[in-house]
Amino acid sequence: MKLTQAFVGLREARDLFAITEILRSLRSLRMTFVVRMTFVLRMTFMMMGFASTANAQLGSFNPNPGPQGTFAIRGGHVYTVSGADIPNGIVLISGGKITAVGANVAIPAGAQVIDATGLSVYPGMIETGSSVGLSEIGQGVVATVDISEVGSFNPNAQAFYGIDPHSAHIGVARVAGITTVVSRPTGGIISGQAALMNLAGDTPPKMAVSPKLALVIDLPKSGFGGRGFARAAAQQGAPADANRVRQLQMDSLRTMLHDAEAYAKAHAAYAKDKSIPRPAHDVVLESMLPALNGQMPVIFPADRATDIRDAVAFAEEMKLKPIILGGLEAPSVAVFLKQHNVPVIVTAVMKLPSREDDPFDVNYSVPAKLAAAGVQFAISTGDKGSEIRTLPYNAGMAAAHGLSKSDALKSVTLWPAQIFGVGDRMGSLDVGKMANVVVTTGDILEAKTDTKYLFIDGRAVPLDNKHTQLNAIFKDRP
Amino acid sequence: MRLSLLTAAALVIATAAGAQTPVTARPAGATLIKNATVLTVTKGKLENTDVLLQNGKIAQVGKNLSAPAGAQVIDATGKYLMPGIVDPHSHTMVDAINEGSLSVTSMVRIRDVLNPTDINIYRQLAGGVTTINILHGSANTIGGQNALVKLKYGRDVDAMLFPGAMPGIKFALGENVTQKNGQTAAQATGRPLRYPSTRMGQEEVLRDAFMRARDYKASWDDYNAKVAKGDKTVVAPDRDLELEPLVEVLEGKRFVHAHSYRGDEMLMLLNVAKEFGFTVKTLQHGLEGYKIASEIAQAGTGLSTFADEWSYKVEAYDAIPYNTAILLHHGVVATVNSDSDERARRLNIDAAKMMRYGGLTEEEALKTITYNGAVQMGVEKRVGSIEVGKDADVVIWSGDPLSVYSSAETTFIDGEIFFDIKRDQAMRDQMAKERASLEAADRRRVTPVVP
Repeated sequence: MKLTQAFVGLREARDLFAITEILRSLRSLRMTFVVRMTFVLRMTFMMMGFASTANAQLGSFNPNPGPQGTFAIRGGHVYTVSGADIPNGIVLISGGKITAVGANVAIPAGAQVIDATGLSVYPGMIETGSSVGLSEIGQGVVATVDISEVGSFNPNAQAFYGIDPHSAHIGVARVAGITTVVSRPTGGIISGQAALMNLAGDTPPKMAVSPKLALVIDLPKSGFGGRGFARAAAQQGAPADANRVRQLQMDSLRTMLHDAEAYAKAHAAYAKDKSIPRPAHDVVLESMLPALNGQMPVIFPADRATDIRDAVAFAEEMKLKPIILGGLEAPSVAVFLKQHNVPVIVTAVMKLPSREDDPFDVNYSVPAKLAAAGVQFAISTGDKGSEIRTLPYNAGMAAAHGLSKSDALKSVTLWPAQIFGVGDRMGSLDVGKMANVVVTTGDILEAKTDTKYLFIDGRAVPLDNKHTQLNAIFKDRP
Repeated sequence: MRLSLLTAAALVIATAAGAQTPVTARPAGATLIKNATVLTVTKGKLENTDVLLQNGKIAQVGKNLSAPAGAQVIDATGKYLMPGIVDPHSHTMVDAINEGSLSVTSMVRIRDVLNPTDINIYRQLAGGVTTINILHGSANTIGGQNALVKLKYGRDVDAMLFPGAMPGIKFALGENVTQKNGQTAAQATGRPLRYPSTRMGQEEVLRDAFMRARDYKASWDDYNAKVAKGDKTVVAPDRDLELEPLVEVLEGKRFVHAHSYRGDEMLMLLNVAKEFGFTVKTLQHGLEGYKIASEIAQAGTGLSTFADEWSYKVEAYDAIPYNTAILLHHGVVATVNSDSDERARRLNIDAAKMMRYGGLTEEEALKTITYNGAVQMGVEKRVGSIEVGKDADVVIWSGDPLSVYSSAETTFIDGEIFFDIKRDQAMRDQMAKERASLEAADRRRVTPVVP
């Protein structure tokens, strides 16, 4: 009884339900008291183990990956993505990298050989529209939501520092073959900085591929879509007011970016000439410099055609490197996007058509239309975290509506990597790339396909997660 | 009232749909679908098989069938045919979702607020859906009366109601009823808290309602007994529209579909139902159903859940995609539903997920979106599988419907085509022309500048 009470302190009362159910079932098995108590102790330690390695209140558990060993995945159908498929190929992994891919590859002595006969081998998928680790339970559990900072301008709010490596969403998403995510803060006008994270590792640094990947600027939307006061004014039926407020917000944003430019100039001048007054340091202004000098891309959430055009125009005015996130109406400005060489992360595929008279498949076919127009794009679920595992089906749906199967696969592997400037490091099965590799029972975009082996950063990742654990506990409950 | 472009366009859609399907009910002409891979769902997969639809029913299933005179013949070589999808949890067509002022609103009917021109009907036909169970929202412990509907887009509501289907009622348990999610906001805006605010109160509300219903039934039974004995002086009890549907539940004449999440709250409801002598027909959502699968099976209750939605609120945090498989293996009639105009369009993909999570066979997976739903709605003799004599609610798919690469091409209800991909293409070309002419006629319209 005491044991049980201690346990309640650690976990939610409803997990007690699970334990009492196990106890009840054990009783029905007529185990001896000693055997029963031993089992209960084991269960309890196991669960306490979950609590200590994981989010203590929520009780999730993502098992840690193993060491960076040498692995030979042999006999599978290898989808390199960058080149031709290799039926019955070998993928060699060592020291975290892919060291060989081909039909005839010598397997080094001591390599752990994975028999992939009858299986398929893919690069890990990359979800670029998420906020993984920043929001665990969206409704009603506000303490688990760290997604938006206070105020409108937070260029130094870094997703990297908010991501919970023990989020249950991580273990669930990766077994669907998603090995890497862009996780971004939302809200305000400058929302913060997105990070590129592998979905393995028990600390943010172990997960990070690029902790400072991109700045997120959510431009005040035009017309009735204005944010904050602009939206309130619009709702009160004063579009003129709404536009004025939007102009004020745009002015504040421009001022801030110009201040950052001036800040950079002042520091550059001081570096050359120490006799001039030393300029103060400013963590906020400084955090915008990589974006201003073009090293860091800027994600602009935008769905409507006007907002997409506005974002691209603003980026060019400020010499930023834009990536459009959303892209619902991107096909109607596809020529413009192509001309300006702006990539789109399409989160639209599974969205309902926004107008009654839109064709039923208007959004299923967004990727096909962009592909036909030559616009660079990636497909994303746009989900915060729990549902990103449906990424492959978004790509599959696009393929059912005009996109080629091979482009559908690229849109969740190589293309997102290229859009974020890491196409030389991941997104395909090529020598020298980070060994993010998924071995599946079939076509990775099919819903019935299961994952058999998973490697992230050259480490074997156990396929266990919160869902498999609960399944194991309850599936045979009498 | 100014006729907006949107309204005009909606009219165009309605007109176009009206043009392709007859407006008045009449028996459909015969259709012979040749050489399809037929997924019967109850009797296996039949390769190179013909299906004859006649008088609104599946008339024949077999090889080398001959077309009756005047029948249209569709060559389905390389294509798949399956029964229309049954979605056991939908809010499509509803103009109002909750009568949220009370926690017992058994007197209200969803049928009164159905909009037959909802464009989502058409979008779902394009996803192979033919029957939906339209439920109230989940604000109330005892919500309103549901409606089972066939998606006959272009008809009026009376023509869409599933004929002869047992009526039902929505119950709800957990967070949405206690309104804990929005409580801070409610307090900030001065909105009063409503009883029940806990799961304890929910049990009390249920018990109270059914005790009153039992008394009400007793007073009518007494009255009827006296009348039967020839008593001419006895006065009839007042009718009570709140309690009448609950008496029907007690008498087994109305199904209960209960929104619920946690295992313990479902168990509470099953025990209350047992005490009052009725069976809960389905637990809706039932995300933790897997934790009490044997109790649900023993109660003879079905469960309709999401394929893989989870973690959006705390009572959904232990949801697992293995739920459906665990329930099925315990003998529960389990289904996958949409609860969403969006997801309803692709339930075939959700069914395929059930093969991955829990290892269902193709046929078991398909049953979760067809036959099992028909069982849960009590209409399994009418729809849910490809069998001679059943309603001709069938869908031709471009390929295996359990593949993400396949899409529905032709959707029949009672033997009539309500969606066809080629007609759709023709209709959208026509609509584009109409739209252009409407825009040209609008003198105030400013032509947008496209760079």
